[in-house]
Amino acid sequence: MSGAIGLDHFLILSLIVFALGMFCVLTRRNAIGILMGVELILNSANINYLAFAFYGGGRYDGQIFAIFVIMLAAAEAVIGLAVVLAIYQNFRTIDVGATESLRG
Amino acid sequence: MLQAIVFYALSVLTIGSACIVAFSRNIVYSTFALLGAFMGVVGIYVLLAADFVAMVQLLVYVGGILVLTIFAVMLTQGIGDVAISNRAVGLVPAVVTAVIATGVMIYAVLHTHWHVAATAPIAPTTYGIGNALLGRFMLPFEVASLVLLSALVGAVVISRHEARE
Repeated sequence: MSGAIGLDHFLILSLIVFALGMFCVLTRRNAIGILMGVELILNSANINYLAFAFYGGGRYDGQIFAIFVIMLAAAEAVIGLAVVLAIYQNFRTIDVGATESLRG
Repeated sequence: MLQAIVFYALSVLTIGSACIVAFSRNIVYSTFALLGAFMGVVGIYVLLAADFVAMVQLLVYVGGILVLTIFAVMLTQGIGDVAISNRAVGLVPAVVTAVIATGVMIYAVLHTHWHVAATAPIAPTTYGIGNALLGRFMLPFEVASLVLLSALVGAVVISRHEARE
């Protein structure tokens, strides 16, 4: 491996962050923990967008997609945490396994 | 060479913090480790010559989402009692799923020939992003404002204490 940092390095970094986020989403029973895993996954996607934008000639499309992803992540966090707080008010817990009232 | 050192330092910061987020048993530690992960990603963005996106990440993620998450953690008591292992997906299937998915993708990344263009000279990106947002991306930009407005109203409606009969 030479000293220069190439596209592969950024892609593999983002894949590792994605794996950790996916593990977090799969194993947490805490609803806020699941949301934090989703944030990690969105960050890894953003690293990919910016790496391809940088190594693809430096146009702005990738960066604009990253900005839209950040915007959607903010909206998702707001709605998700509002739902979590509403669940907490009703069930006094945010264990996703305990809130099974809607199970058919 | 300096770029490599900075990249590996930021990678260690990001991946180490993400490991704490994923593996810590205490949700409060996870929340604060998320700060390190976001800061590392900000550094990676700067390394990729995306100064405006790095600042947006800093403002929105660290200043907004992280503070909101800390608020939610602090507002829900007994949060540390929730067990880490999930009944629906056990620890072992989760590890197997994550490792297989990531292994396949790393294999794909390493065995694909990426066409790398000549790297553009590093320059401020705000001018180009502003022009693009108000030009080619005008419609998505406006739809984004609608999404944010509806998220705002929706969050207020969902989390409001209603006087139920």
